[in-house]
Amino acid sequence: METYNLTAHELNEKLVKKEITCTEITTDILARIEEVEGTLNSFISIEKERALSTAREVDRLIARGEKVCDLTGIPVAIKDNICTEGVKTTCASRMLENYIPGYDATVIKKLKSCNYIMVGKANMDEFAMGSSNESSYFGLVKNPWDVARVPGGSSGGPAASVAAGEAICALGTDTGGSIRQPASLCGVVGFKPTYGMVSRYGAVAFASSLDQIGPITKDVEDCASMLNVICGYDKKDSTSINMDAPDYKSFLIQDIKGLKIGVPEELMVEGIAPEVKEKVLYVIKLAEDMGAKVEKISIPGLEHALSVYCIISSSEASSNLARFDGVRYGYRNTEAQTLREMYRKTRTEGFGDEVKRRIIIGTYCLSAGYYGAYYEKARKVRTLIINDLKRAFNKFDVLLSPTSPTTAFRIGEKIEDPLTMYLSDICVLPANIAGLPAVSIPAGLSGEGLPIGVQIIGNTLREDNVLKVAYSLEKAIGFDKKPGL
Amino acid sequence: MERENKYEAVIGLETHVELSTVTKMFCGCRLSFGEEKNKFTCPVCLGHPGSLPVTNWKAVEYAIKIALALNCKINKYTIFHRKNYFYPDMAKNYQISQYDMPLSSSGYLDVDMGDYTRRVGITRVHMEEDTGKLIHTGVTGRISESEATIVDYNRSGTPLIEIVTEPDIRSPEEAREYLIALRNLILFLDVSDCSMEEGSLRCDANVSIRERNSSKIGTKTEIKNLNSFKFLQKGLEYEIKRQIKVVESGDRVIQQTRHYDSRTGTTKAMRSKEEAQDYRYFPEPDLVPICLKDETIEGIRKTIPELPLAKARRLEEKYGLPAEDSRFLANNREIADYFEECCRYYDKPKNIANWIMGDFSALLNKERITIKESRITPGDMCKMLEMVDKGKISSRMAKSVFEEMFTTGKGPEKIIAERGLEQVSDESILESIIDEVIKENPGPVEQFREGKEKAMSFLIGQVMAKTKGKANPQLANEIMRKKID
Repeated sequence: METYNLTAHELNEKLVKKEITCTEITTDILARIEEVEGTLNSFISIEKERALSTAREVDRLIARGEKVCDLTGIPVAIKDNICTEGVKTTCASRMLENYIPGYDATVIKKLKSCNYIMVGKANMDEFAMGSSNESSYFGLVKNPWDVARVPGGSSGGPAASVAAGEAICALGTDTGGSIRQPASLCGVVGFKPTYGMVSRYGAVAFASSLDQIGPITKDVEDCASMLNVICGYDKKDSTSINMDAPDYKSFLIQDIKGLKIGVPEELMVEGIAPEVKEKVLYVIKLAEDMGAKVEKISIPGLEHALSVYCIISSSEASSNLARFDGVRYGYRNTEAQTLREMYRKTRTEGFGDEVKRRIIIGTYCLSAGYYGAYYEKARKVRTLIINDLKRAFNKFDVLLSPTSPTTAFRIGEKIEDPLTMYLSDICVLPANIAGLPAVSIPAGLSGEGLPIGVQIIGNTLREDNVLKVAYSLEKAIGFDKKPGL
Repeated sequence: MERENKYEAVIGLETHVELSTVTKMFCGCRLSFGEEKNKFTCPVCLGHPGSLPVTNWKAVEYAIKIALALNCKINKYTIFHRKNYFYPDMAKNYQISQYDMPLSSSGYLDVDMGDYTRRVGITRVHMEEDTGKLIHTGVTGRISESEATIVDYNRSGTPLIEIVTEPDIRSPEEAREYLIALRNLILFLDVSDCSMEEGSLRCDANVSIRERNSSKIGTKTEIKNLNSFKFLQKGLEYEIKRQIKVVESGDRVIQQTRHYDSRTGTTKAMRSKEEAQDYRYFPEPDLVPICLKDETIEGIRKTIPELPLAKARRLEEKYGLPAEDSRFLANNREIADYFEECCRYYDKPKNIANWIMGDFSALLNKERITIKESRITPGDMCKMLEMVDKGKISSRMAKSVFEEMFTTGKGPEKIIAERGLEQVSDESILESIIDEVIKENPGPVEQFREGKEKAMSFLIGQVMAKTKGKANPQLANEIMRKKID
């Protein structure tokens, strides 16, 4: 049985009805990994033994009649920048090639309490910096829909693994679209919750004020199941919101009648591929058919989103990544004769080009004499963008846009041109800048057979609206294609 | 000397105080001193990837307490900044500190200089975290002679308060008195042990010189490693002389950081301002702003005890003590409390003060314990004083009784009874002894009758010898005179 093509809720049903065992599910997934991993490279490490022994444990637990929750026994891929106790967490960097955390991230603890199955640590752009998964020290990841193309990034591994059936669900991180953009390019669902809804404790920081952990799944229902597990207050993360998380599955309602949807003009202009635009317009039509009110809206602040994102994320990254110095853990150059030399050589050899580029930009933006013109100004503009978006939400329940301006691009196509690469995140950045919840769902395939995603953005803590629209549109679109891998 | 009189010093101090909270500033690790290296560490204070800081509220409370005691304005909205620089004792290569929105500002501390009071302005009191410690291997512990450097992170993350003064201090003596007063004040607040030996109180000085009565401020140097009251004074004295020499010889003082060498009593240049570090301060994105309510601040204000200066004034007034005595008692909260407790049982405050300042302090210093740790209760102390007053023991005896009380913790009556020390004041006993003495010493008796007062001392001495020193000397004297006359 090809269980790897099923969703978590379908598998859960079979587990509860005892039609299948967790060991069977896991064995099937591991076989699928065996089959396609040589081509895709979705994982940095595969936890075969650990997965199988956990699976056996889960089977015993089910046999004993213990409670089975939505994610019990479900094989999940974990992005390799989320700390897992005793399991290498590399951030796809030479710097942490052999780093084994001594603790679990809060999200991992939560998943463990549901008895999930961790199949492996998924590949990604180095330190989550990139939009194509080409900056990984462990080699690039290929898009399951066309292996000549990128899966997007930085959560390329998690997205590709779910799309190809190497995992049922995955956990990614989203700093500037790193969950939604690859989800879009791989034809799966990717959700970034409101900033502060998921604890960042244990997610290796790229840009603290933008980072957020979220799920990548095959459908919206699985997405809600994942949110139910990972969301909620954590006293170990000072930026976590001190409130009880709602039952996200209760928002899986197929009814958007009267709901107001805004379409930001700034995210539908030049640079958006005609086919992508067409698909978004098609989805808008579906929404209108279901009784939603769709209108265009101009949010002028969004024009500055990319500049603001570049400055803030790089500045925070330059400081967050300072700890990788070879002193306490990770890669160290052992030939250096002086402390300064050790720092220099360790960081020169331990980091890849993209990471170094951003550290240099960030260091520059925070330097005396430039701080006011860059970092401080970016923070002010960030506030303006947030205000603009808040105003939009006075009028609309959700905003709708393409997730990515294009379908998956070819491997190597943008790697030499960082600015074009950064532009591929133009539609997904606003949600990070304003800390808003946003999801990407598959809207169909392009003429070349590549997935196209649409993005739904909600107001702060209005995951309910985002899920409702995503669920309704998902049903209306009825996307059921699988990559022919 | 004359050329030194031409100038005056302008001094400002930066003092770091480690708070004596149970746990560290941003994690749950225990504070420690001199224990097994790196024993009290966790992912947070070791700067492991993915870990996040959480503010220790107790430390904030302590910091507010210090700021209030220094008459500072508490800023109700305060944030942490990151101070970025690379050094192995810093686990994250940035220190969480405060920058342009500190906890408090604009306070002062009045320093009693004997014949005048110097009001030293407090620019700010802010919160930060301490670094780890570098231990250079080898016999000398000097970096140039060591083969390796070990980092001990036990201290990493210890709550630290920085107290910055205005350039209001005019002499090394004032600087020393300021630091003593500051230390006393903080000890009164019971928020730090202020041990300069253990490094929980550290002080750097900024100093410049100018012609007396001039209002301009000269180029300053910063002196580090002033880790005792004596070194602070000596270091400043040396540096002021050095600056005067430089100026007198027609050169100009260079702005630089200088290291005080206690072996030679000199200061040496470490680095000049031109090579000064750019710390790239920016708001710490992993922490949320601290918003203080008036009630919170007032609640903390209520926990501040009477401070040394006010206490001295009150003791002087209430108990009619000389200013010097009340200052001595008020400088130590435990001693002042002890004194006042004694005053409840015994109504001659000056007597109590004399004992505390004299014999008691000498014993405490010898044993290196505090008055609270001593075994003499205020009640016993007062009983002893009363026994002296009532003539039950002589003041000479009192000294040895007191010493025994100090070492054994026994009450004075018990000691006197055990040693049979009680004075013989029973007239019938004394009379028969005196009769014996008169009989045995006809010579001296005759001499006294002839008017030689000295003979009386000899006769009383004989009485004392027969009673083993227990006779009440006054009473013996009276009876003897009566009998001989």
